Amino acid sequence: MRNRYTDQPDKTPLYIILLVVLCACKGQPDFNNENISLKDTASWPQSFGFGRLASSHDIDTLDIDIRPDGKGLPYGSGTVSQGKAIYAAKCALCHGKTGTEGPFNPLVTKTDTASSSKEPGKEKTIGNYWPYATTLYDYINRAMPFNTPGSLTPDEVYSLTAFLLHANNIVDSSAVMNAQTLPQVNMPARALFVPDDRSGGTEIK
Amino acid sequence: MNQNQKIKRRTWLGGAATAAVVLVQTSFGKVMQRAVTEKETATSDPTKKLGPLPGEVGTRSPFEKLQKKPSDTSSRTPLQDLYGTLTPSDLHYERHHGGVPAIDPEKYELLIHGMVKKPMVFKLRDLKQFPSVSRIMFLECSGNYRGNKEELSPQEICGLTSQSEWTGVMLSTLFREVGVDPRATWFLAEGSDAAVMTRSIPLQKGWEDTMLAYAQNGEAIRPEQGYPARLVLPGWEGNTCVKWIRRIEISDQPFMTREETSKYTEAIGGGKIRQFSFVMDARSIITYPAYPNPVEKGWIELRGIAWSGRGRIVRVEISTNDGRSWSAAELQGPVLDKAHTGFRYLWHWNGDETAIMSRAVDETGYVQPTLKQLSDARGGNTGGYHFNPVTAWIIKRDGRVLFRPEAKK
Ligand code: HEC
Repeated sequence: MRNRYTDQPDKTPLYIILLVVLCACKGQPDFNNENISLKDTASWPQSFGFGRLASSHDIDTLDIDIRPDGKGLPYGSGTVSQGKAIYAAKCALCHGKTGTEGPFNPLVTKTDTASSSKEPGKEKTIGNYWPYATTLYDYINRAMPFNTPGSLTPDEVYSLTAFLLHANNIVDSSAVMNAQTLPQVNMPARALFVPDDRSGGTEIK
Repeated sequence: MNQNQKIKRRTWLGGAATAAVVLVQTSFGKVMQRAVTEKETATSDPTKKLGPLPGEVGTRSPFEKLQKKPSDTSSRTPLQDLYGTLTPSDLHYERHHGGVPAIDPEKYELLIHGMVKKPMVFKLRDLKQFPSVSRIMFLECSGNYRGNKEELSPQEICGLTSQSEWTGVMLSTLFREVGVDPRATWFLAEGSDAAVMTRSIPLQKGWEDTMLAYAQNGEAIRPEQGYPARLVLPGWEGNTCVKWIRRIEISDQPFMTREETSKYTEAIGGGKIRQFSFVMDARSIITYPAYPNPVEKGWIELRGIAWSGRGRIVRVEISTNDGRSWSAAELQGPVLDKAHTGFRYLWHWNGDETAIMSRAVDETGYVQPTLKQLSDARGGNTGGYHFNPVTAWIIKRDGRVLFRPEAKK
């Protein structure tokens, strides 16, 4: 299960995981702060029957997440210039006129993206630290503006995404963002991310 | 005087502002008479006054000033003021991204959908009907380090860790109920706060030991801790333990949310950024002696807590001579898996300036590193997430206890 924390699908079949969990729990004394394990479920009914089936309406009203492959992106589109106007009206107050001044998180890089990427951590902006462009849509849509979250339309979010990507030198000024184009955007920081390889033991990482 | 007469006498005295006259010593050494009110005599001799009758909710003694230390984004547990290993619920640290939401438990619903046989909605009372579990464990924010000046208390250095007994239903029980697709590998957990906070979590952790908790230390979870329900992932960074949870989506890939890309990732040198660093490595802190409380020459019992997200603490070592030699501290049982563990060490301080420190060793053999070891391993970084260095207290000759800042910034 080497790939459990990367974006590679883990191919270990479920029954093996269940088996491993089962074996690991055998013979443990009760007083060790362990949870009930799957071994206890042998006598359980197949289903307890608590809760109800979710309707597609239940799911659609809550399922707002956007995956890196674009799954979840709604219909709509936006341009850099539209985004610039919306940014000035709804975001500049907290993130600065050009996205660098604050008072809250800087959104725009102050350096040219390629060179600043070599020193990650110095400046954590969309231009040199964000590995996926889809995250921008997802986050702005769910959490911004900070004081009126969830108030933006899909067109507004696409426009703001286009504007911020352009301000960070990632797309050019004629870019149009929609469900097809956004997942195609290549983020310079993507190559810097590595999965956690700490695993206890004597090595300090 | 029988009880009845006593009460009558008290009632009779009740209206008087001055209950007695006492002798007090002034700062000039003169003995003076001072009138004290009935309230004051009552507190100075509790045997002379009937106390309040049994009440509905207990209170903390007015003499105890236990307080979290809030900033705009978090609030820290006063580790130096606590005893044992359980954090009183109202002093549990807080970290949230869009404030504390107010959720009506009658309207609360949890949706589980995605790669499942039966997408389902559970009300709070549904969740409480499933087989339940309780477990004592710590929760720690992975951004739990401050080290920029001498005047720092344990609360300020690493007060973003707290311990509770959590009660709830195992996520595996719910996974079983909805029929998770065996090809699934990750799930998304989403909160219903104003940040609609999301994290992707490897499905295996969900099957292994993740709990969907609705109670903390014997009562419903507090609003600041996720009322009415949250995830608790034993040993994993607090941010993955999504509070106010409203939705779980089963998937075959991570979602790359803002909190697992822009935040909760750390530069580790060589131009690399570490992602999905879930487990909290072993750590310890001496909570007594500690800033701001001075000590006196003589016998001192060093006390503190140690914990590891990878299992049990097997040893805590103490140095009272600035790291030149180390001895084992006594561990206070029960030593629980992925839980704060108390330690103590009896020491005779001769009054010379020195530095005292503790380091934790967990069951994987991991030894809590020094700041230099961590910084060397991470390309010179002296902060950021998952920063768990050995913490030294300088004991000055006059008894003052100061934190020793080692980070460059
Ligand atoms: C009232 C102040 C405020 C307004 C208005 C606001 N933001 Fe924010 N924004 C914040 C704060 C505070 C954070 C940090 C939140 C956190 O860390 O949880 C933030 C974070 C962000 C981030 C993530 C930054 C990072 O480095 O992770 C983005 C992107 C963002 N805002 C975009 C926007 C956009 C686009 C708008 C306009 C639609 C907007 N914000 C309006 C306060 C604001």
